[in-house]
Amino acid sequence: MDELNEKAGGTETAPLISRGNDAANPVLELSGLTYSYPDGTEALHRIGLRVEQGERVALLGPNGAGKTTLTLHLNGIIPARQGHLAIDGLEVAEPNLREIRRMVGLVFQDPEDQLFMPTVREDVAFGPINFGVRGTDLEERVRRALEAVGMTEHADRAPLRLSGGQRKRVALATVLACDPRLLVLDEPSAGLEPVARRELAELLLELNPTMLMVTHDLPYALQLCPRSVLLDGGQVVADRPTAELLADTELLAAHRLELPYGFRPE
Amino acid sequence: MSAGDGGVLHLPGDSALHRLAPQIKLLAAFGVVLCVVATPRAAFWAFGGFALLLGALAAVARIPPGWLARRLLIELPFVVLALVLPFALGGERTEVAGLALSVPGLLAAWNILAKGTLGLFCSLTLAATTSPRELLLGLQRLRTPTTLIMISSLMLRYVGVVIGEAGRMRLARISRGDSPRFLWQANATARGVGTLFLRCYERGERVHLAMVARGWSGELPEPNEPRQVTRGQEVRNWLLGLSPAATSAVIAGVAVWTS
Repeated sequence: MDELNEKAGGTETAPLISRGNDAANPVLELSGLTYSYPDGTEALHRIGLRVEQGERVALLGPNGAGKTTLTLHLNGIIPARQGHLAIDGLEVAEPNLREIRRMVGLVFQDPEDQLFMPTVREDVAFGPINFGVRGTDLEERVRRALEAVGMTEHADRAPLRLSGGQRKRVALATVLACDPRLLVLDEPSAGLEPVARRELAELLLELNPTMLMVTHDLPYALQLCPRSVLLDGGQVVADRPTAELLADTELLAAHRLELPYGFRPE
Repeated sequence: MSAGDGGVLHLPGDSALHRLAPQIKLLAAFGVVLCVVATPRAAFWAFGGFALLLGALAAVARIPPGWLARRLLIELPFVVLALVLPFALGGERTEVAGLALSVPGLLAAWNILAKGTLGLFCSLTLAATTSPRELLLGLQRLRTPTTLIMISSLMLRYVGVVIGEAGRMRLARISRGDSPRFLWQANATARGVGTLFLRCYERGERVHLAMVARGWSGELPEPNEPRQVTRGQEVRNWLLGLSPAATSAVIAGVAVWTS
């Protein structure tokens, strides 16, 4: 991170992924989180999860396990009706939503949904402007976020004209510019060619954020996240070191997950 | 097409007209069109004047005549309607090349043709010299409600995505043997349009969520652009920019006065 900060223009500036003031608070703390769809189907059942500062956690699970529903709770887009949910000690509730949304950087699966402004630069500026950043401060944030993802030279291009990997990077920059405490990525490797997939992994490792990554891509989880949480049927089924979890073939099979052909976790 | 780099109607360039602030161009174009519409149809010389004025502007903007002519073809349905009028309308008749044509019909046809063509000519000149993005910026500076600007801006952004999606759906249909050539084969196409509508709706929902996640609360962020011109330059730009509209007003005024 310090390395990145130096690269981004000096040691004086604050890090892109802020570390918060109170190290005692976990970045994410949730307990007893239950959610049912309007038709009564239970999507999440008494979920408990704690992510400490600097941790990178993969959220694994089959389709329909409730992973996306859970991520939408983290910044209050879906209000938590039952259970406790706090980001860096701040409860996710109506009066705190603005601050919560600044602290939780949600990167959606399809960058096409995230990038809607006419140019990359305006899209990256969108979040910070909403959080009240203006003037040179805003320019600096946009510059650093684009630099961090290596997209500076594309700042004035239309997102539609970028490749899939570039769009993913810009989507990440739009969130980095908001100075998040927790980065939440929904299927970051989906639809990426192998090189773009690897480059994104290197970028994320370099940024080293506190991160929750929803994915079906098990090797990606192993590469990026030392810890994995397996969600199925709206419940946390396992919470272990990723290598250990991926070695448990019976557990994976029971929850419709499997490693690619020929892949052995070390 | 996307808002960032124009489309079929924008002709990138560096002429004085291209450089003029979009809000000035918008007002000027609106003024010219109003004057054209307000000019009495029998004041033939006035339409010649408008045509000369617009021709001069197109020359200044270095828009190739062929480029303009191809885009003027969109007027064809109206031309067809105009051509029917001299035959369809009654009243006094006159003989042209052996055909007895209605005089009020001829005048009505001329009215549609002249005003339609000049109005379109003016709009095309505006579109050629102003990118969609600049047009929105101009509307914003003219205090158009932010919600309308936001909707237009999202429409510009996503029209390319939707066209791409429609294209992929069409390819998938054709790949499965669909070849709609006649009206009674339009079923699959119609269903495709319905599906596309639903997909757009769903995408709208997802885009909205992504915006809310970045703290959006219903306001369009103001662009953070530094002022690039001095007060004096700005006044000069406005005067110069609105001069076509002023010239049109003089032409229309004289035409109304003398008819």
